[in-house]
Amino acid sequence: MAVKVSMKVNGKPVSADVEARTLLVTFIREHLRLTGTHVGCDTAQCGACTVHMNGKAVKSCSMLAMQAEGADILTIEGLAKADGTLHPMQAAFKEHHGLQCGFCTPGMVMNAVDFAARHPNASEQEVREALDGNLCRCTGYHNIVKSIVAGSKAMAGAK
Amino acid sequence: MGAPLIGARIPRKEDYRFLTGAGQYTDDVTLPRQTYAAFVRSPHAHAKIKSVNTAKAKGAPGVLGVYTGEEIAAAKLGGLPCGWLITDVNGQPMKEPPYPVIAQGKVRHVGERVAVVVAETQEQARDAAELVQVDYEVLQAVADGRLARAKGAPQLHDIAPDNTCYVWALGDKAAVDAAFAKAAHVTKLDFVNNRLIPNAIEPRAANGSYSRADDSYTLYVSSQNPHVERLLMTAFVMGLPEHKVRVVAPDVGGGFGSKIYLYGEDVVVTWASKQLGRPVKWTADRSESYVSDAHGRDHHTIAELAMDKDGKFLAMRVKTTANVGAYLSTFASCIPTILYATLLAGQYTTPVIHAEVTAVFTNTAPVDAYRGAGRPEATYVVERLVETAAREMKMDPAEIRRKNFIRSFPYQTPVALLYDTGNYDATMDAAQKLADVAGYAARKKASEAKGKLRGLGYAAYIEACGIAPSAVAGSLGARAGLYEAGEVRVHPTGTVTVFTGSHSHGQGHETTFAQVVADRLGLPVENVDIVHGDTSKILFGMGTYGSRSIAVGGTAIVKALDKIIAKGKKIAAHLLEASESDIEYANGEFKVAGTDKKKMFGEVAFAAYVPHNYPHDKLEPGLNENAFYDPSNFTFPAGTYVCEVEVDPETGVVKIERWSAVDDFGKIINPMIVEGQVHGGLAQGIGQAMTEGAKYDSHGQLVTGSFMDYCIPRADDLPSFQVDTRETPCTHNPLGVKGCGEAGAIGAPAALINAITDALGVKDIPMPATPQTVWRALQQKKAA
Repeated sequence: MAVKVSMKVNGKPVSADVEARTLLVTFIREHLRLTGTHVGCDTAQCGACTVHMNGKAVKSCSMLAMQAEGADILTIEGLAKADGTLHPMQAAFKEHHGLQCGFCTPGMVMNAVDFAARHPNASEQEVREALDGNLCRCTGYHNIVKSIVAGSKAMAGAK
Repeated sequence: MGAPLIGARIPRKEDYRFLTGAGQYTDDVTLPRQTYAAFVRSPHAHAKIKSVNTAKAKGAPGVLGVYTGEEIAAAKLGGLPCGWLITDVNGQPMKEPPYPVIAQGKVRHVGERVAVVVAETQEQARDAAELVQVDYEVLQAVADGRLARAKGAPQLHDIAPDNTCYVWALGDKAAVDAAFAKAAHVTKLDFVNNRLIPNAIEPRAANGSYSRADDSYTLYVSSQNPHVERLLMTAFVMGLPEHKVRVVAPDVGGGFGSKIYLYGEDVVVTWASKQLGRPVKWTADRSESYVSDAHGRDHHTIAELAMDKDGKFLAMRVKTTANVGAYLSTFASCIPTILYATLLAGQYTTPVIHAEVTAVFTNTAPVDAYRGAGRPEATYVVERLVETAAREMKMDPAEIRRKNFIRSFPYQTPVALLYDTGNYDATMDAAQKLADVAGYAARKKASEAKGKLRGLGYAAYIEACGIAPSAVAGSLGARAGLYEAGEVRVHPTGTVTVFTGSHSHGQGHETTFAQVVADRLGLPVENVDIVHGDTSKILFGMGTYGSRSIAVGGTAIVKALDKIIAKGKKIAAHLLEASESDIEYANGEFKVAGTDKKKMFGEVAFAAYVPHNYPHDKLEPGLNENAFYDPSNFTFPAGTYVCEVEVDPETGVVKIERWSAVDDFGKIINPMIVEGQVHGGLAQGIGQAMTEGAKYDSHGQLVTGSFMDYCIPRADDLPSFQVDTRETPCTHNPLGVKGCGEAGAIGAPAALINAITDALGVKDIPMPATPQTVWRALQQKKAA
């Protein structure tokens, strides 16, 4: 059964006819061809598919596109400024070597931005706990944690 | 000139695209008229295939083709080859059973490919795959390597009696037995090195397309070595001309060994693309990865260390059963032999060593190289033995190591390797300082006051990297050379593109290699780009594994750079009307020695491409050079890790309080990247020791088949790491580099288990030492 979905993605209105069972991540990757949002598992564990829906980090593999009807979606492609300047969290990941293969990175960054907005002065331990839903196999998380602590401070300072 | 580039913490050139979602991984590549494949996989560990009925699937919406083992056999697609021949103790070749790309008449592990459905969309392919009806006659299965040779065990392959691939040995058995007979003390351990599932976060994917226009194929694949993939696929499986196949490994989301190999899915999508005249893409879901990616480790080992009364090592005896799974994966045979037994000397002068390895087939996923590949298993043997010996001899674990350190180089071990250089005291001293071993007693007291148990463990590892001198590898059974290729293309305006046969899937080669090039040429690092992962662009390559990229791939680039500078000097000599022998090159300038006459690098490049004033009688135009480098020896990174844990005896929860790692990787190009490699390796080693373990039940069902059942470490499972390095440059490559990608995974398990057993006061504990395992060990100790 095809259904029509309409939402805003990275500030632009989009709509399409999709099968009712289409996941939000499939809609983003296959219909909109925004391939920065990744799929790393099928049990909602890895968090590589994390995007923002109405300002909150969600796992786009765990909801239907229909459930995002009318929502404001932000993906990794929409995070940097239009002129290409990195968001402070992206810049912190680069500065602190918070990424290696890059596959978990979009989800990590999207989760980190949401977390930092709510916890501007989080400790390393709080960051570690906040990463419960994001898996990385390359970095041992050491530099991701450093990046998020630094990125949170930079975000708070930029306000 | 600015600050030196070698040793600089330069942020990575590749990061911008990864941070903005602009990376291009295999599944991101969607071609015009794309179709999608879904595989039907065996739900049984061992069964005869009585029939496969594809009629319903063929009639399902969107389905374009359904292929079973029958079509694959009819198309004469060969089996997947093994790249390393092991010769057994009787001088006989190992048993190499056929490894079909789609099962032929029998399945031998859960997840084996039985059929493939290709459809217009991925959903249609998956829906239709569920309609393929397979009639199985289920057979008894054996999953545990220790049971594979038992009387009456189910037999996997007709050509491999007793499920035995080979029995192989290394070292002087008679001398070892004699030394044991004279020993004052023998330490013995009997343990399992647990099976691991690599779990790169990007699942495997492959997208094959055929072009009728020139009868050629292109395969996009998540691979660590596209050239080897192409060579194996064309020459050994599909019988295609190599020049008609292009393999592209674009951005790859982690490999850790699991993406070295040629897999059946890669062959099937390539073949099917010609059958259908349309590109065919397959992307694994995580559940498929768990049952179909090559796994790692899975050894059962009995190991003994003989000592004199002062703790001087006299001999080591090791007997290992290695579970290679149902089929021989690409490098499966050399991992538990050539990359394992040769490392059993560790950092020590143990004069005689004997190892016997029995490789067995079981009804499990194939086992091959996983980060460290043989060397973590060897380090675990050596460092668990040494620490246990120290406890039994009532010696300090650092002192027993120092008593036996190799201090004179080059050093010929009794297990075939020639260590060119090392300084094991330096890394031990530094690690002890970093770990504040002096303050440990006070910390232990403080833990005890809280009712907690505290333990400290060491691991002083060595690894053989920079794989490998081709002649040596060939004499040991390798069916390939193990050199690397590099090409330096200087453009007319003086910027540089470098093509390397190494592949980067997280290691940051685009930055590290650019630093090497920019340093040698005296150019800004922005003027250098690194290209990798495409057989149509790169002349050849053996790919990335075994921490070989900087030592072998980096050196190939340096060799090509030497040629660029040599040619540049000739051009500059002509332009400056000087003798070539008077031209010096430094900081991006060709200078006549002792004068201020000079030409900039860009001017020379421009002259090479716009050769109006040029020595045409002596030189060709252009500035483009390539080089192949075959190393003369392995490199030998080594180091010491110190782990300190606190255990809650009520719950069995182990908290890593301090992790101190001091590695000697020789010269370091980018310390930031090197530290990142160490962190990641440590995380995987800690995962092996504390959280990860693949479990098959007695029917051969994988019971740890998802991230919910197989625990790769999460952020709050791990500590922050204290890492440092010491530098003893490699003596036989121009950069003095050794490689750093696997060290953490090699040294970490022994250090952690040594710490936990110290805290608990027990001789041994199985990996993974989960809270339940730790708690049980404490209860058993109480009861005893």
